Amino acid sequence: MTAAVGVVAGSPALPGSPEWVAEHGLSAVDTSRLAQLDAAGSDGRVYSVEGDLGDFGGLAFAERYPNRFLDMGIAEANLIGTAAGLAMRGKIAFVNTFGSFALMRACEQVRLEVAYHASNVKIVGTFTGIAAGFSGPTHHCAEDMAIARALPGMVVLAPADAVAAYQLTAAAARYQGPVYIRLGVDPTPQVYDHNATFAIGGSNVLRDGGDVTIVAAGLTTVATALAAATQLAGRGIEARVVDLYSVKPLDRAVLVDSARQTGLVVSIEEHSTIGGVGSAVAEVLAEELPTPVHMIGLPDEFAHEVCSYAAQLRRCGLDADSVAATVENQVQRWKR
Amino acid sequence: MVTLPVRQPIGLAMHSATAELTLTDLAARIRRHVVELAANSPGAHVGGSMSVTEILTVLFFDDVLRVDPARPDWPDRDYFIFSKGHSSAALYAVLAERGFFPVEELATYKQPGSRLPGHPSKGIPGVELATGSLGHGLPVGVGLALGASRDGADNRVFVVLGDGECQEGSNWEAAMAAAHYRLENLVAIVDRNQFQEDGPTEQIMALEPFADKWRSFGWGVTEVDGHDVHALGAALHQLPVTPGRPTCVIAQTVKGHGLSFTSNTHAWHYGKFTPEQRRQALVELGFNPEERP
Repeated sequence: MTAAVGVVAGSPALPGSPEWVAEHGLSAVDTSRLAQLDAAGSDGRVYSVEGDLGDFGGLAFAERYPNRFLDMGIAEANLIGTAAGLAMRGKIAFVNTFGSFALMRACEQVRLEVAYHASNVKIVGTFTGIAAGFSGPTHHCAEDMAIARALPGMVVLAPADAVAAYQLTAAAARYQGPVYIRLGVDPTPQVYDHNATFAIGGSNVLRDGGDVTIVAAGLTTVATALAAATQLAGRGIEARVVDLYSVKPLDRAVLVDSARQTGLVVSIEEHSTIGGVGSAVAEVLAEELPTPVHMIGLPDEFAHEVCSYAAQLRRCGLDADSVAATVENQVQRWKR
Repeated sequence: MVTLPVRQPIGLAMHSATAELTLTDLAARIRRHVVELAANSPGAHVGGSMSVTEILTVLFFDDVLRVDPARPDWPDRDYFIFSKGHSSAALYAVLAERGFFPVEELATYKQPGSRLPGHPSKGIPGVELATGSLGHGLPVGVGLALGASRDGADNRVFVVLGDGECQEGSNWEAAMAAAHYRLENLVAIVDRNQFQEDGPTEQIMALEPFADKWRSFGWGVTEVDGHDVHALGAALHQLPVTPGRPTCVIAQTVKGHGLSFTSNTHAWHYGKFTPEQRRQALVELGFNPEERP
């Protein structure tokens, strides 16, 4: 009934290895699609459900498993409903569309049909943050994690790079229940190699340091945090860097332990500072170990100015130089 | 959770002791339950429950739906989605009489600790999808129907919609998709009772030409008297109406049908019966008000 029989799935190279990166590149959108393709090869329940954005990396799935590739056109309420219905039929439904379309245009569908019913639907939201740069505010998405986090039972994953995107998409396929995966647009800097491990509810401490903890999540930002930490080390500030890729559920133990060791915490996210990663960090620390938390993220305004992604990041203080300067100021404010 | 003794389900051609019950008798029993729920709870959506009674009765008691109350998750079942979830009083009454849960449990409707809230939630035997927010049933039905057809399975999907509900755009997204994917295993039944909460549909937000809308979206359409159990049965036993297309059955009904004071008005879209209204309603339905169901 499905086209999966006899197809050898996946690439022989380990995800994150130099050969793998050379073959598949560093676009998290592409590698999430690759993970879906590989999952479909080993599990006939995996479907790809599209909202007329399948050409963003989905054509290989369409070609290999046409019976399980369903384009629902430009109609997101029905897109989510179809995915939920497929899940109720026992399928693993990957919905690939822009994050804003899934979580805002069809928010109530996601709430009722996916979250409340704990449906086995995986929403892969692309074009989040300000990654769409020049495309303008209709294509930016600064609120998705706030919305997804507030939905009971929804797992929220923000991979740091293309390697994490592959691994976390694979983890989402294995996980029973609703998952939101936050992705961007273009290739982003590589953070992880083939030795990296990920788990829903986990985190990775990427650098140790005793002066401040930088908590980051998502494409670009984790790499930026690491670059900022390198700069800070040259100024005598040792920053611990935590990749909090599992934004919900989050790794409370590592957060509390980090706060205890460094005191000050600075969060970085390409998302509104209302309701995102910084809020999640502050919610935990307020309860467990009250600690100063400074949030670096998108300001509470629409990114109306027409400019590139890189320029948008600089404008919002999300480039490495700005992050280093902000962290240094916060260290001086709280610790000197 | 209220635990109650299991009672034998009452279904036509299923239990010889009750085999003489007609579908019309059963419809009256459903309405009797609705009256009791509207009298003995904070209130119920009386109008839509009364208009949809025969639709539900025929689906569940005239061998239309392939279901097994003892196995609500039976993989071979037909999927039933009650998209107009506010009419839960009628749904619960039918599910209980069909044996999905004890009839006695109906008394817990909207009571603390009950599993029967005002709008159907998940976990109720016979309820596939939590409804009450309108416009959810048909898109989920499309997913179920697509999944079944891609599996090569013969499960069918029945979605009961309110007419006012059809103002939600999600239904038309789903209607387009169902026709595109030629989902002949999908059936939408619209309870066309002419009223929505604020008044007549044609005054609030006109639906007509309603059948033409469905036809133009590529559906096979049939219109029936939604209170004539034989007409409903005839329509629902001849599916799909058009091979290769999803079917829309427009059931012409009367809001609040069966009681003089609730008929053909939106005043009883939702309400609580006083003891006197309960008494009058039961008498009109032919039951002794001194007896409990």
